[in-house]
Amino acid sequence: MTITFLILAAVTIAGMAAAMGLRNLIHCVLALTLGFVGLAALYLQLNAQFVGFTQILVYIGGVAILAVFAIMTTQSAEPVAHPGSAAYWITGSAVAAGVFAVLAWAICGSGTHARALPAQIDVPAQQIGFALMRSYVLPLEIMGLLLTVALIGAVVVATPVRKGEL
Amino acid sequence: MSPLSSYLLLSALLFSIGLAGALSRRSAILVLIGIELMLNAANLNLIAFWRYGPRPEVLTGVMFAVFSITVAAAEAAVGLGLILAMYRHSKSTDLDQMTSMRG
Repeated sequence: MTITFLILAAVTIAGMAAAMGLRNLIHCVLALTLGFVGLAALYLQLNAQFVGFTQILVYIGGVAILAVFAIMTTQSAEPVAHPGSAAYWITGSAVAAGVFAVLAWAICGSGTHARALPAQIDVPAQQIGFALMRSYVLPLEIMGLLLTVALIGAVVVATPVRKGEL
Repeated sequence: MSPLSSYLLLSALLFSIGLAGALSRRSAILVLIGIELMLNAANLNLIAFWRYGPRPEVLTGVMFAVFSITVAAAEAAVGLGLILAMYRHSKSTDLDQMTSMRG
C-alpha cells in the first residue's frame, strides 16, 4: 500500500461521502465530480489507462453534467426540509454499515492477502481495440443497440404527454 | 495488508457510502447518484481483480469494466428522463411526495 494509493483513496472517499451528505444538490454533484476524478486516478494507478480516461469522459463529461441539467431543470437544488429525515439517515447508515461489515469480513477472510503484485504490464489502446473487434465484437454490437434503445427510450419518457392522448 | 485487499476494502467502503445515500436521501436525483456510486465501486473491484489476477494480458476485467460503464451511462440517461417525467407530473423530485401510481 503506497502513499499514492492512500491519498487517492482519501480524495475519492471524501468526494463520494460529501456527494451523499451535502445539502445543496449542486454542491453534491461538484463533490461527486471530485470522487470520480479520484476513482479515475486509481484506475490509472492500476495500469488501466483506457478505463481511467473512459471514466473521465463518461462520468465527469456525461453523467455529472446530466445530473446538473436535471437538478436545474427541476429547480430542486435546495431540497425541502423533512421532519423524519434523521430517522432515514439512521436506518440507511445502519444498513450500509452492516453491508460494509459483512464485505470487510469476507475480504479479510479470503485469500487475497497472499496475492503479490504481478509484473508491470503495459496495455496499449491498440490491443484493447483488437480485443473489442475480435473476441468481444458481439457484446460491442449489443452495447450499441442498448445505447440506441436507451437514448430513444429516454426521449420518449421525457417527452410531455399532450392532453387527450391518454 | 496487501494491495489487492486494500483496493477491495476501498471498493466496499464506496459501495456502502452509495448504499447509505440511496437509502436515506429523499431526492430522486441523489438516489440515482447513489446507485451510480455503487456501480463505480463494482468497477473498481473488476479492475483490481484484473490487475492482480493470474493473466492480466487477457483483458477480461478491462472489457467488463468498459461495458459496465456503458450500461451505467444508459441507466443514468433513462433515470434522469424518468425524473423529468415525474417532475412534470408532480412538480417535485421529492420521493416522499410520489405516492400515486397514476392520476
